[in-house]
Amino acid sequence: MTTAIAVEAQSARKDYGSGQFAVRALDDVSVRIEKGSFFTLLGPSGCGKTTLLRLIAGFETPSAGKILLGGRDITYDPPNKRPVNTVFQSYALFPHLTVAQNIGFGLQMLGRPKREIAAAVDKMLALVQLEDFAGRKPQQLSGGQQQRVALARALAPEPEVLLLDEPLSALDLKLRKEMQRELKRLQTETGITFIFVTHDQEEALTMSDRIAVMRKGNILQIGAPREIYNHPKDRFVADFIGETNFLSGTVEEGAIRLTSGDLVEAPTQGRSGKVTLAVRPEQVRISGAGDPGSLAATVADSVYFGTDTHCHLRLADGTEIVARLQSAASGEAGLARGDQVSLRFEAGAAQVVDE
Amino acid sequence: MASLAEQRAERRTIRNGWLLSLPALIILIVAAAGPLLIIVIYSFLTPGSYGNVVWEFSWDAWVGVLYSRDIFDGTYKLADAHLSIFWRSVKLALLTTMFCFVVGFPTAWFIATRTPRARTALLFLITIPFWTNLLIRTFAINQIIRNEGVLNTALLYLGVIDEPLVIIYSDFAVFLGMTYVYLPLMVLPLFAAIDRFDMRLLEASYDLYATRWQVLRRIIVPIVKPGIIAGSILVFIPALGAYVTPRILGGGRNMMIGNFIELQFGQGRNWPLGAALSVTLLVIVGAALMLYVRASMRTTNNG
Ligand SMILES: Nc1ncnc2c1ncn2[C@@H]1O[C@H](COP(=O)(O)OP(=O)(O)OP(=O)(O)O)[C@@H](O)[C@H]1O
Ligand SMILES: [Mg+2]
Repeated sequence: MTTAIAVEAQSARKDYGSGQFAVRALDDVSVRIEKGSFFTLLGPSGCGKTTLLRLIAGFETPSAGKILLGGRDITYDPPNKRPVNTVFQSYALFPHLTVAQNIGFGLQMLGRPKREIAAAVDKMLALVQLEDFAGRKPQQLSGGQQQRVALARALAPEPEVLLLDEPLSALDLKLRKEMQRELKRLQTETGITFIFVTHDQEEALTMSDRIAVMRKGNILQIGAPREIYNHPKDRFVADFIGETNFLSGTVEEGAIRLTSGDLVEAPTQGRSGKVTLAVRPEQVRISGAGDPGSLAATVADSVYFGTDTHCHLRLADGTEIVARLQSAASGEAGLARGDQVSLRFEAGAAQVVDE
Repeated sequence: MASLAEQRAERRTIRNGWLLSLPALIILIVAAAGPLLIIVIYSFLTPGSYGNVVWEFSWDAWVGVLYSRDIFDGTYKLADAHLSIFWRSVKLALLTTMFCFVVGFPTAWFIATRTPRARTALLFLITIPFWTNLLIRTFAINQIIRNEGVLNTALLYLGVIDEPLVIIYSDFAVFLGMTYVYLPLMVLPLFAAIDRFDMRLLEASYDLYATRWQVLRRIIVPIVKPGIIAGSILVFIPALGAYVTPRILGGGRNMMIGNFIELQFGQGRNWPLGAALSVTLLVIVGAALMLYVRASMRTTNNG
C-alpha cells in the first residue's frame, strides 16, 4: 500500500545557541507523516516537539537536514510561502480585528477576492459553530471560543497541513474533552493533515491515527495508538504512555524467570540473558490460588478509586506490582492488607522492552 | 436592562470617580481655564502705550490677526507676513512630527525588543537630554551647526567641503533642532505601546501569508496606534508653539507663531494682538487634533 506523504523530515537537526551554551533541541529526526492523517507528537517538556513544529511551519530553519512538503523541499521557504498554518498555544488572535476579520486574514493576505473571503469565513464560522460571534473582538470571547476562532483562522486558507501546538492546554478538563472530539471531527471533515503536539498521553491515544513518542530531541517510536500502548518499544515509552509495572528477569527456555523465581510466558524476541518485562496494571488479574502459571503475592495496599481499585501486590522477593481491578471484581469487602492472593497476566500482556 | 440596584451602584461609582479627580479639576480650572479666560478678554481690549491693556472694547486685535492697516491711507490688506508665519509654523510642526515618527518608531521598536536590562539602560539614555535646560541644549546645537561651528570646521578640515555649509538661521535648522528636542516625546509613548504588543502576533501573521510590509501595516501599526497618536500629539502641540528653538536656531528672520506672540507682548507692546494670536493658535491646535484623532479612529475601525 502506498500512501501519499504530506510532510517529511529528513535527519532534521536543530541546535540553539553556540559554544558551551549550545542545546541540541532536535537530534537528526526523520519522520514521514501521511496525507490526511491525525499525527501526534508526544513527549515530556523540552523534548523538542515545538521545535519540530516550528521547523515545519518555517519559523526556524534546521541546522542540518531537510523538510519536505508533498515531496517538495521547503527547508528554506519563509512561513508566508508555505501552505501550512499553525494554531498557536496562546491562540495569538489579532486583538484589533473582529472574529470574521481574523478568520479571513489569511485569504485576504493571499489576495483572494472579497466575495470568496466572505463565503469562506461564513463556512468556517459554521464549521466551528460561532455564527453569532462574527462581529465580536477576541477579548469578548471565552477561552474555548477563542480556541475555535484560532482553529477557524488557521483552517480558512485550506492549508495542506495544520500544525497545532498544545492547543487545548489552556482549557479546563471538561472543555478540553469537548474540543478533543471537535478537533477530531474537523480533521475528518476537512481531510487536512493535522500535526498535533501534546504532552498528555490520554489526549494522544484518543485522537491520533499515529503517534510519535519523543525524548530529548529524538523520536523513540512511531505507531498507531494501540501499537504504542500494547507494544511499547522501550521502558521510557511504556512508562510515558500510561502506568506500567516493570519486572526484571532472565530468559529461560522461551519464557522469563523473574527475580521472584516465578516463570512468566512472554515472547522473548530472540533475546537472552537479563531482560525487562512491562505489564499494564489493568492486565493483571487476581486468580484462584494455585492456578497453573499464577504468581503468589501478598496485598500490600488497596486504594479505592470509584470505578476501579488499585491493588499494590508484593511478590515473593518483594517486587511490587500494581493491579487495576474493576471495583466489582475485587469483591464486596475488597482485598485487605496482608491477604494472600495469586495473580496472573492476561495473554500477551507481558512485553519485553528495551531498557 | 440594568436593575435599579445596578444603576444606583453605577451612579455611585461615577460620583466617586468625580470626587477622586477633584484636586486635578481644581488645578485645571485655576491654572488653565482662568488664564485662558483672561487671554480671551484681553484680545477684545485696546493696547496701552507701554504694554498692558486699556479697558476699552475693540475688534482691532482680531482684525490684526489676518489684516494689516496701511499707516498712510488707512486701508486694510491681507497680512501676508502673518499668514506666512502661521503657514511656516504649521509646516515645521508637521514635518517635525512626521520625522520624529520615522526616526522614533524604529528606535522605540529596538528598545522594546531588547532584554529587560538593556531596555532600562536605553530608556535612561533617552531621558538624559531632559536633565539639561532646553536653552542650553539649543545653544549647544547652535555651536555645532553655525558657520564656524564644530560640524563645518570638521568637514572643512577633512576636505569634504570647500565652503562652510550654511545651516544655521534657516527653516532647516529650526526643523533639526525641534526634531532633536521633541524626539523623546515620540519615543516614550511609542515604546510603551510597542512594549505591550504581543510579538507572537508577528509569527501568526507571517504564518497567514502576510508579507513584512503587510505585517507592519495591518497588524503592528493598528495595534500600536494609541502610542502613535499620543506621540504625535505630544510632539505636534509644543512644536507648533515652539519659541526657544526657532529663536536661537532660526535667528530673527524665521519666526514662528510662538515668537510672533512673544513679540506682541514685548517690543510690539500690543497685548490684545498677542492675546488674539494665542487664541488663534489654540484654535488651530484644537482643530488639528480633532481632525487627526477622528481620522485615525476611522482607519482603526475599518481594520
Ligand atoms: N529559542 C531557543 N533558544 C535556546 N534554546 C531553546 C529555544 N527554544 C527551545 N530551546 C530548547 O530546546 C529544547 C526543546 O525545546 P522545545 O520548545 O522544542 O520543547 P517542547 O517539547 O516543545 O517542550 P514543551 O512541552 O515544554 O513545550 C529545550 O531544551 C529548550 O530549552
Ligand atoms: Mg512546546
